[in-house]
Amino acid sequence: MARVVVDVMLKPEILDPQGQAVQRALPRLGFEGISDVRQGKRFELEVDGPVDEAVLARIHDLAESFLANTVIEDFIVKVEEGAEVAEAAK
Amino acid sequence: MSRTPLDTVEHAAATPDVELPWAELGLKKDEYERVVEILGRRPTGAELAMYSVMWSEHCSYKSSKVHLRQFGEKAPRSDALLVGIGENAGVVDVGQGYAVTFKVESHNHPSYVEPYQGAATGVGGIVRDIIAMGARPVAVVDPLRFGAADHPDTKRVLPGVVAGIGGYGNCLGLPNIGGEVVFDACYQGNPLVNAGAIGVMRHEDIHLAKASGAGNKVILYGARTGGDGIGGASILASETFDDAKPSKRPAVQVGDPFQEKLLIECTLEAFKEKLVVGIQDLGAAGLSCATSELASNGSGGMRVTLDDVPLRDSTLSPEEILMSESQERMCAVVEPEKVDRFLEICDKWDVIATVIGEVTDGDRLEIFWHGGKIVDVDPRTVAHEGPTYERPYARPSWQDGLQADDANKLPRPATGEELRDQVLKLVSSPNQASKKWITSQYDHFVQGNTVLAQPEDSGMIRIDEETGLGVAIATDGNGRYAKLDPYTGAQLALAEAYRNVATTGARPLAISDCLNFGSPEDPAVMWQFAEAVRGLADGCLQLGTPVTGGNVSLYNQTGEAAIHPTPVVAVLGVIDDVARRTPVAFQEEGQLLYLLGDTREEFGGSAWSQVVHDHLGGLPPKVDLERERLLAEILISASRDGMIDSAHDLSDGGLVQAVVESALLGRKGARLVVPDGLDAFTFLFSESAGRAVVAVPRSEEVRFNDMCGARGLPATRIGVVDGDSVEVQGAFALPLTELSEAHEATIPALLA
Repeated sequence: MARVVVDVMLKPEILDPQGQAVQRALPRLGFEGISDVRQGKRFELEVDGPVDEAVLARIHDLAESFLANTVIEDFIVKVEEGAEVAEAAK
Repeated sequence: MSRTPLDTVEHAAATPDVELPWAELGLKKDEYERVVEILGRRPTGAELAMYSVMWSEHCSYKSSKVHLRQFGEKAPRSDALLVGIGENAGVVDVGQGYAVTFKVESHNHPSYVEPYQGAATGVGGIVRDIIAMGARPVAVVDPLRFGAADHPDTKRVLPGVVAGIGGYGNCLGLPNIGGEVVFDACYQGNPLVNAGAIGVMRHEDIHLAKASGAGNKVILYGARTGGDGIGGASILASETFDDAKPSKRPAVQVGDPFQEKLLIECTLEAFKEKLVVGIQDLGAAGLSCATSELASNGSGGMRVTLDDVPLRDSTLSPEEILMSESQERMCAVVEPEKVDRFLEICDKWDVIATVIGEVTDGDRLEIFWHGGKIVDVDPRTVAHEGPTYERPYARPSWQDGLQADDANKLPRPATGEELRDQVLKLVSSPNQASKKWITSQYDHFVQGNTVLAQPEDSGMIRIDEETGLGVAIATDGNGRYAKLDPYTGAQLALAEAYRNVATTGARPLAISDCLNFGSPEDPAVMWQFAEAVRGLADGCLQLGTPVTGGNVSLYNQTGEAAIHPTPVVAVLGVIDDVARRTPVAFQEEGQLLYLLGDTREEFGGSAWSQVVHDHLGGLPPKVDLERERLLAEILISASRDGMIDSAHDLSDGGLVQAVVESALLGRKGARLVVPDGLDAFTFLFSESAGRAVVAVPRSEEVRFNDMCGARGLPATRIGVVDGDSVEVQGAFALPLTELSEAHEATIPALLA
């Protein structure tokens, strides 16, 4: 069992109203010095068996066609090194 | 990162031989030469960016202008028209000191690329047009057209579009009160997402898009400017000026309805304190459009410092800033002594506002960047004096064949059993089925002034709580009719929307239109366009309803295949007291059903020919606008004097579709008798125009008949509201339960 993480972010030039709302709230809460906030989505995929090239390729396809809207979002697929899969969650 | 020297006006004059990517920006060779001729030198990159986007089909109407002039030349005299074509939206006097502004626009192409954001920003754009006139937006409507209902791509596009409209409108707190949803394979790859909005103001609050008064400040307020919607300008920025830059800017704009809500409130407060001399929203072509239009509608002179524009992305080039279509931005012209107060109001609403320039007493639009002058143009040449094309047009060779393929010759149902089956097939077909699954995703009643919303014939909003004054709006268009005969098809769209408004009891005042067509470079399409505009202009003149504005969307085609010519017409009407409105639903058993108007054998382009025979041919129904006007007068009088309790206009699907809808909405059946001189099939399925079915209380029958008789409108008693089925005597009976299942299950089964 291994964990593959897909991070989905709005492309840098796309407006991110949620990130802006967070950024505007920061100074009100006393957190200074943050010039920009962008908010994204993180998917944690628990994979049965070893993660090889073929599995990663399939996850890439899955991310491209389903997890991310590639018209406005970018995504990164990465294998979580030495990740312990939470037994209790199974 | 290496920086090439700034392409200032001086630099351009000194380097006449520099090649600019005018073709990549969509300009034709002769258009580029014209720019050079106007300026007397080569344009700077920024100037080229402005001209290219302002001279695009979308902004300049270069192919359509010569035809659209008819809307002005044939405009009927109307005391109700306060502001006509050419402003952000037209304004109509609805009485009691109120003025109403309304407009329909297209957002077709963006909605195909990214359905949710495309449709959402379509709503945002039309709402800003309304605010820019000084009005408070009160409702939106959305006429939509998609590919075949069972096509997989429809399942991608439609839910996204509907969610986008719902998401944006619901967040703004605007009720969605009308529109249409039509499926046809011709819209595969070219869905039509048209958006309309209505706003209300007092007469004295009307504002116009012009910058006058030297020394007045130009204030940009709303969202920061980012890389949204930059098409060609990025080519200019990346390929010519700085190859090292990230060049892939998306064409997709993302909307933020909460920002727009702040913009509405902030703008209206500034209007209320009379702080604004002129105002313009930023839509297509962004700052290029706003600055050049404000300047050219005023005295002409304006100086803008682009460095002062608040940016979301500091790497944007000046060309990109000028082209950006970032949403939720507006531009106001404010007298110097009122600037502080204006900025204070923006601050109160958490809206970023920045003085970016001022009106000058010259007649040049000058734009500066990093201290260099990068634009020096006569704003009129950018905004109003773009190219005009007399595109060749010709009646397509296939038109005769299409019209000769007469739908009246199609095999007809012979027995009661066959009629029954075809009625079920009709009311459950995607175009005739209930659209509740779609419209229930929109908020209809927010603000508490919605009197009627889908599936009524027109949406109706109360605008004065004391007097009950209200306005109604209906949008209609039938691409099948227009394909068979664009002139008649456009008039049928007008007639239907006009009739729909009158059916609810409101008096039609004016129209807005959204003209969706294929490529103007195809003479056949251009002929369709020319015919449709001519039909609409003639129709408006005859009905006395001026065109107040609207929009043209061309190039709706994939390869050689254009969409059906689809002129969508929105008619606005006024009703003195919304309590007197007429609903679609049957109200009481025992009331008498009357068919108003004449029924002929007219099946060309009909829903029946599509559903039963998958056929499109012949001629569309005949139009008689004098009859439409008479029918409207009768419907309005009958509503005002309490002679009818429900009414439904007859259009696609014919009488049976209308009766089934009224029955299902009122949960009361109807017994119908085929009148003398008609066969059951023609009676039920014909789509003759100028008709409505009304329910008359028995106590009013004599009075109602007298009125129709005196004014010469044929009124035929066809049955009675009764029971729990729709029955056609001697032919068939369909229980309401069976009808409702057939009518309501289709859309969820296809899309949910």
